[in-house]
Amino acid sequence: MASPLLRLQGVSRSFGGLAAVRDVSLDLPEGRLGALIGPNGAGKTTLFALMSGFLVPDAGRVEFAGADITGVPPHLNARRGMTRTFQIVQPFATQSVRENIAVGAHLHCVQRAQALAEAELVAQRVGLGPQLDKPAGELTVAGRKRLELARALATRPRLLLLDEVLAGLNPLEVAEMVPVVREIAAGGVTVLMIEHVMQAVMNLAAHVWVLAQGQLIAEGAPAEVTRDPHVVEAYLGHGTAQRLARMAQAS
Amino acid sequence: MFEFGILFPAVLNGLTTGAVYALVALGLTLIYGVLHIINFAHGAALMMALYGVYFLKQSLGLDPYLALVPMVLVMFAAGYLLQRGIVNRASHGKDENILLVTLGLSIVLENVALLAFKSDTRTIDTPYTLATVAIGPAMIAVTKLVAFAGALVASAVLLWIVRRTDLGRAIRAVAREKQGARLVGIDVDHVYAMSFGIGLGCLGAAACFLLPAYYVNPQVGNGFVLVAFTIVVLGGMGSFAGALLGGLLIGVVESLGGLWFGESLGQIGIFLLFIAVLLFRPQGLFGAKA
Amino acid sequence: MTMRRDLLQIALFAAAVAVVAATARSGVVLNLAMMALYACLMAQSWNLLGGYGGQFSFGHALFFGTGAYAQAMAQLQGGINPWVALPLAIAAAAAVGLFFGALSFRYGLKGSYFALVTLAFAEVFRILALSVPFTGAGVGLMVPLKEGLAQMQFADRRGFVWIALALVTLGLLATAWLRHSRFGARLQAVRDNEDAARAVGVDPFRVKLGAIGLSAAFMGAAGALYVQVFQYIDPGIAYGPHTSVEALVAAIVGGLGTLWGPVLGALALHLLADATRSLFGGLPGINMIIYGGVLVAIVMFAPRGLMGLGQSVRSLWSRPGAAPQTREEPHG
Repeated sequence: MASPLLRLQGVSRSFGGLAAVRDVSLDLPEGRLGALIGPNGAGKTTLFALMSGFLVPDAGRVEFAGADITGVPPHLNARRGMTRTFQIVQPFATQSVRENIAVGAHLHCVQRAQALAEAELVAQRVGLGPQLDKPAGELTVAGRKRLELARALATRPRLLLLDEVLAGLNPLEVAEMVPVVREIAAGGVTVLMIEHVMQAVMNLAAHVWVLAQGQLIAEGAPAEVTRDPHVVEAYLGHGTAQRLARMAQAS
Repeated sequence: MFEFGILFPAVLNGLTTGAVYALVALGLTLIYGVLHIINFAHGAALMMALYGVYFLKQSLGLDPYLALVPMVLVMFAAGYLLQRGIVNRASHGKDENILLVTLGLSIVLENVALLAFKSDTRTIDTPYTLATVAIGPAMIAVTKLVAFAGALVASAVLLWIVRRTDLGRAIRAVAREKQGARLVGIDVDHVYAMSFGIGLGCLGAAACFLLPAYYVNPQVGNGFVLVAFTIVVLGGMGSFAGALLGGLLIGVVESLGGLWFGESLGQIGIFLLFIAVLLFRPQGLFGAKA
Repeated sequence: MTMRRDLLQIALFAAAVAVVAATARSGVVLNLAMMALYACLMAQSWNLLGGYGGQFSFGHALFFGTGAYAQAMAQLQGGINPWVALPLAIAAAAAVGLFFGALSFRYGLKGSYFALVTLAFAEVFRILALSVPFTGAGVGLMVPLKEGLAQMQFADRRGFVWIALALVTLGLLATAWLRHSRFGARLQAVRDNEDAARAVGVDPFRVKLGAIGLSAAFMGAAGALYVQVFQYIDPGIAYGPHTSVEALVAAIVGGLGTLWGPVLGALALHLLADATRSLFGGLPGINMIIYGGVLVAIVMFAPRGLMGLGQSVRSLWSRPGAAPQTREEPHG
């Protein structure tokens, strides 16, 4: 069996005594679309930061394409093929959509003209074609999310870490974004997405990991995971979970 | 060079000088702690305050220590208006703009003073100007001792304001979470202006304590600006106790530096310390991560 | 705004000034051209680091003074010809820039902290220059009067105008390159959002280091030019706040992060300073009051500088009835 594209082994990180991520291990095979879910404050974004190099783990290993990248800074990881997006979108606000995406394209293009041309292509892929020359600061939330995605795509990643790319979108916008993500994954990019929008998770993800209070409490196919009582408990709390279980038994 | 008889007075002098530095830095600490801005105009404001004390003495015969109340009030008002009228309007939400605007203000103030008062160095004459007190082998100027006491009192007052008053609560709320404070009905603009006003008010007090032992000219602020910043950073960007201790430390460092390496190279010691702290320990000796 | 258009504009500018340089008879005009170009050079330097790099330096005199002293000392103590000394001075300034940049950026200094550290460093150098004998200490250094092309001294200022024009044109070309290159795109990305830039493969340290090195080089050139024109340098002029402020204010008044901002800003400020001088005579510090006041006014009312005003006016014209777009920067 081929070794996983991304492997975490016993990754932990605390902040001043508070354990944000505790002993997390996971394997993400290449070509898969995985999802990382869990209640707020579970440590999902922290985990992304640890994977991509924005934070250094206190313990454990991060391996990417067989190489140990624990503690390697983000820009080097991007060059290896791991690109992340941010939960709170981070556009280059005064620059145009095209210029924003071009920064990503420049990872592989030295020539400016080439990078700009590639930016245009990527923009069209995610549906930002008509807004190429708009300043990024003037985009709607949905537009900024697409920009975030486009900029990451332009780096031609092997692994794309999407942090809540659907957050803040209305149902119509979500419905428009999901096929874009699917198309990216279908194109061969391995995707790991942090998501709260369960409809998207069920639709897109082949494998789901559940993080609660910094620890992985379940993993598997979406349908299994959402039925797992531990997962229900993590999201709804002990009391509600018990009540739901009793109700299910009674019916 | 390490003889007690030489070291002791140098350290003591350093402590008293440091206390005045601390007084200057206290105001800056409040401004930075609440508004999270570096007020580049702090030195120039001190300079104006010093001129204020000077002219109160020269034209009205008002003793600097008696001028405390009016000076603090005037400087407070000036600070409030300056922040509300200029600094706040200039920020447009970006910190860099505040940096630039306070820089601009400091340039204007310093050169207006140069124009108005010429570059002569002026001092005042009071009956106690030359009085000294013996502490061990050291002869310490009375004015400096009063300055030391004044700095301690001022720190206590500031701490009281911040911890015990409604204004202080509001200030702490805004310092921690501006949007949240706004949501619970705190007038953030007013709190900003009050903080700036209090910060400059401290300078008014500092000027009253400083002038009897020191002098004034249009450039005098420059000497204090970086020292004050060093103290604020050293003390931990928002900690009054830190600023006080940092000030005392700096005073001693400067005094010993001057003793061992001469006046101007002693000055370098402070700048190098400043650079070192910013590079290697930006959270200062006592503060939380800046 | 393509590279070709930028190059065309630069060529036109250079040609226009060259015509003035070649044909002007009046010493006043030549002097004005020289001083204005010199101010442009400093503003461009600041703009490279501050406008495109987003790092505000309050002590840019650090690089100016290094270039100036290097130029003076190379001639006085090294017996080196000024033309040979010039690249050395530029290299010295760049080296100081790289050293300082490496230190500051390695430790993640930015924003106010960076501004403060630049100020502190400039002061340290000023005090050192004051205390150390080989810089002439407080008395400064004087380069003896030796007229002629070979000695880079021109009584009629014409030669200086040519040199300044050459340097300013180089500055414009460097800026244009920043606007249309991968390095420039990465630099501006780091300026606008460092984390986002890192996530797509940009190394902020290297990019900022490149910017400060480039900026320092041009500032060093300005310092060297100063020495040739005035044949004198002392710690106050070399490392003092006046120089730092002049570079900064001109760049901001003109419009940060633009090609022509520094030129516009330097010209505007210079004309303003000249006008005040004729109105108010030799009042001490009047220049600086103007600079400070203009800085405050620009930041308050026109934070994107003259170029920004021009843009607003342009958009007013092109869309009748529409108000110019004022973009609110997201609060950082």
